[in-house]
Amino acid sequence: MLKRGLFKNLFQRVDQLVTGRGRIDETLFDDFEEALLAADLNVHTTDRVLQDLRGLVRDERLPDVQAVRERLAQSLTELLGDPEDTKLKRSPTPPTLYLMVGVNGVGKTTTLGKMAFIEKQMGRKVLLAAGDTFRAAAADQLGLWAERSGAEFVRHREGSDPAAVVYDALQAARARAVDLVLVDTAGRLHTRSNLMDELKKINRVAERELGRKPDEVLLALDATTGQNAIRQAKEFVDAVGVTGIALAKFDGTARGGIVLTIKDELGIPVKMVGIGEKPEDIRRFNPREFVDFLLASD
Amino acid sequence: MFESLSDKLQGVFKRLRGKGTLSADDVDVALREVRLALLEADVNFKVVKDFVARVKERAVGEHILEGLNPAQQVVKVVHEEMIRLLGGEEAQAARLQMAPRPPTVLMLCGLQGAGKTTLAGKLAVHLRKQGRNPLLAACDVQRPAAIKQLQVVGEQVQTPVFTIPNADPVRIAREAVAWAQANGGDVVILDTAGRLHVDDALMRELKQVKEATQPSDILLVLDAMTGQDAVNVARDFDEAVGVGGFVLTKIDGDARGGAAISIRSVVGKPIKFLGVGEKMDALELFHPDRMAGRILGMGDVLSLIEKAESALDEKSALEMEKKLRAGKFDFEDYLEQIQQMRRLGPLDQILKMLPGFAGNKALADLQIDDRIISQREAIIRSMTKKERRDPTLLNGSRRKRIATGSGTTVQEVNRLLTEYDQMRGMMRKMMAGDMPAMGPMAGAGRGAAAKSKKNKKGKGGGGGGGGRFRLPFGR
Repeated sequence: MLKRGLFKNLFQRVDQLVTGRGRIDETLFDDFEEALLAADLNVHTTDRVLQDLRGLVRDERLPDVQAVRERLAQSLTELLGDPEDTKLKRSPTPPTLYLMVGVNGVGKTTTLGKMAFIEKQMGRKVLLAAGDTFRAAAADQLGLWAERSGAEFVRHREGSDPAAVVYDALQAARARAVDLVLVDTAGRLHTRSNLMDELKKINRVAERELGRKPDEVLLALDATTGQNAIRQAKEFVDAVGVTGIALAKFDGTARGGIVLTIKDELGIPVKMVGIGEKPEDIRRFNPREFVDFLLASD
Repeated sequence: MFESLSDKLQGVFKRLRGKGTLSADDVDVALREVRLALLEADVNFKVVKDFVARVKERAVGEHILEGLNPAQQVVKVVHEEMIRLLGGEEAQAARLQMAPRPPTVLMLCGLQGAGKTTLAGKLAVHLRKQGRNPLLAACDVQRPAAIKQLQVVGEQVQTPVFTIPNADPVRIAREAVAWAQANGGDVVILDTAGRLHVDDALMRELKQVKEATQPSDILLVLDAMTGQDAVNVARDFDEAVGVGGFVLTKIDGDARGGAAISIRSVVGKPIKFLGVGEKMDALELFHPDRMAGRILGMGDVLSLIEKAESALDEKSALEMEKKLRAGKFDFEDYLEQIQQMRRLGPLDQILKMLPGFAGNKALADLQIDDRIISQREAIIRSMTKKERRDPTLLNGSRRKRIATGSGTTVQEVNRLLTEYDQMRGMMRKMMAGDMPAMGPMAGAGRGAAAKSKKNKKGKGGGGGGGGRFRLPFGR
C-alpha cells in the first residue's frame, strides 16, 4: 500500500533489520520511534510504548530483532483493547440507537450509510435519521444512502432542529418495528461551544426517548487526522460520552496511529473502519490487523 | 489556534532568558522542547529533524558568542527559520494566478472532506468582491448529493453553478469553461470530487480535467488537522497535476496546523488561503511571517488590526464615542458592542493575537467563554426597547420577567445591571479625565468576558472573581 511514501526508505530499513540479521541496538529503537511518530502516535504514547519494549527486551531476553518487532506488535494490539471492547453494543429491547458525531468532513454520513447497508444485508431493519440539518444537501446525501441500502429514512427541512429529527426517528422506528436507528449529525468543530450544546441536546432527547443512553455514540475520525484528534475526542467525550471511534478513510497512506493514543489516554476503542467508497467498504475493527498495517513496510 | 505551541516555546525561552550566557547544552534543552512542540503540532518528523538541526547549527557557535543576549538570538533564529520554511516573505505575493485572457480556470482538488465545496463558495465570494464574475462548475460526480451541495452553496453566494446530469467530470469542466466564455463569466471554479492520492483511476481523471481546461491555478485543499501523512498527499497531488498552491481549511479549530510547515518544506509551493470558519466570507490570505509569529507566541497584532478594521464600522465607533462622552450609554449600545465584537470572531483567538497574552503565565489557564456573552446578550434581548433605553425602569418584577425570558436567574440579571452601572461610572470618569478617544481597538482588545478554567469547574455559572474581564470595556 505504501508505494511511493516518504517513509519507504525508513521502512525498508526497518524491514532489513527485521528480516535480516539486524542487532538489537539504539538504531532499532530509533527506527521504531520514527515509524510510530510517522504513524501519528503522539510523542508521549510513543515514548511509553518504547520504554516498555526496552524492559521487555531485557526481561524476556528477546533473542533477535524479529522477536522484538513481534513483541512491539503484541503490546500495541493489547493497547487497542480486547475483542469485547471493539464490538458494537446492541440493546436487548429494540430499537438499538447509534449516534454519529464528529468534526466537519471526516466521513460521518458515508460511514452511517455503509453501516446501514451491511446491517440491512444481515437482515436487520434499519432507519437512517438525517440529523445534519445544517450542511447543504447533507440530508439528500443520506437519503441516497437510504435508497441504496433499503433503509427507512427520516428527515426534516434544512435548518430545522436536529433534536426533533431524533424524536421523530424514534417514533417512526417504534411504529415500523425497526431494529437499528442510525442518527447522523452535522459536522462541528469541537471548539464551538454553542454547537456542542446543540449536540448535547440531541443526545438528551435520544436518551429521554429511549429511556437509556444511546447504545453507541460513535466519534467519526478521519484517518489522516494528526494530534488534533485527541482534542476532538476529549471534547466530544465531555459533551456526549463517546463510546467508540469510527475510523474513516483508512484506505489511504495515513496509518491512523492517533487512535492508539486516544485509547491509551482516554480509553476509547475503535469499533469500525471505513476502507473505501463502495457501500460494503466498512469493517469491524481488528486490532491486530491494524497494528500489522501500522508497522508494515511496503 | 497555536496556543500550546507558543506557550511551550515561550516557557522554554523564558528559561533561556533568565541566564546570562547560553551554552550548547542550553540550546539542546530548548531544541528538545522545540522538537516536541513541533511534533505535537503535526509537523512531519523529517521536517522537524531538519529544522532542529538547522537551528542548532545556526544557534550554537559564532552567533551566540557575539551576541549580547543569546536567548533572543535563539528565538530569532527559530523565528527566521520558521518563516523561511513557511515560504518566506516572497510568499506573501503568492496570490491566485489569473489567466491573461478570460476566462481564468481555477481547479480545486484534494482528499474527501477537506472542504473543497465550501472553499469553492468562499472563492466565489472573494472573487466577486474583486469585481469578477465567477462561475462554479460541479465536477464531483462521485459523492452522493455533492452537486446538490454546490448548488445550494451557489445560491448562498449568488453565483451560477454549471453542471450536466450524468456527464463525466471532464465534459462538465470543458463545457463549463465554454459556457462562461459565452456568457461573460471571467473565472471558472472547478469543484472536483474528493479522491485519495493513491487512487490511480481518479488521479488520472484529475489529469484529464486539467488537460481539457488548462487551469491557470490548481489549488490543493488540505484540512489543517492533517497529521504526518500531509506530505504524502501534497507530493502525490503535486506530482500528478502540478499544484499551484495550497489552501488550509478548518483552521478555526484548535489544530496547530503544523501541516502548513510540512507541505511547504516538502513540496515548496505556497499556501495561498486559510479557511477560517463556516461562513462564506471566512477566507483569509496566508502570511508566513504572521503564522510564524503566532507559532512563536509573538502576538499577531497585524492580523488583529486587519480583522478589526474590516469588522468594525468606523462611523458607528465614532457615534459610540460621542455617546460615551455624553454619558448616554444604554443597553441598546451595549448590545451593539456585543454584536461588533462577535464579528471579530471567537474571543479567545482575538486575545491570543495580542502580544503579552500569548505567553502570559497568569492568563495561561484563561478560557474565554462565548457562553457568558451569549447569556448577556439573551438578557438584554429579553428587555423591552424602553427598558434598554432606560435601565432605571428595571424593578423587581421586570427583572424576574427578564430572567425567565432569557433562561437565566434574577441574580444574573442583577449582576449585569451592577456591571453596567460600574461601567457607566468608570466611563464618566474616563471621559472627564479626557482619556484618549476610544477607537475600535478598545472594544476589541479589552472587551472580553472571560473566566479561568478553575472557576468554571467550581461554579458552572458566570461566577465572579478569577481571571474574569468585564464587558465590554475592561475593568
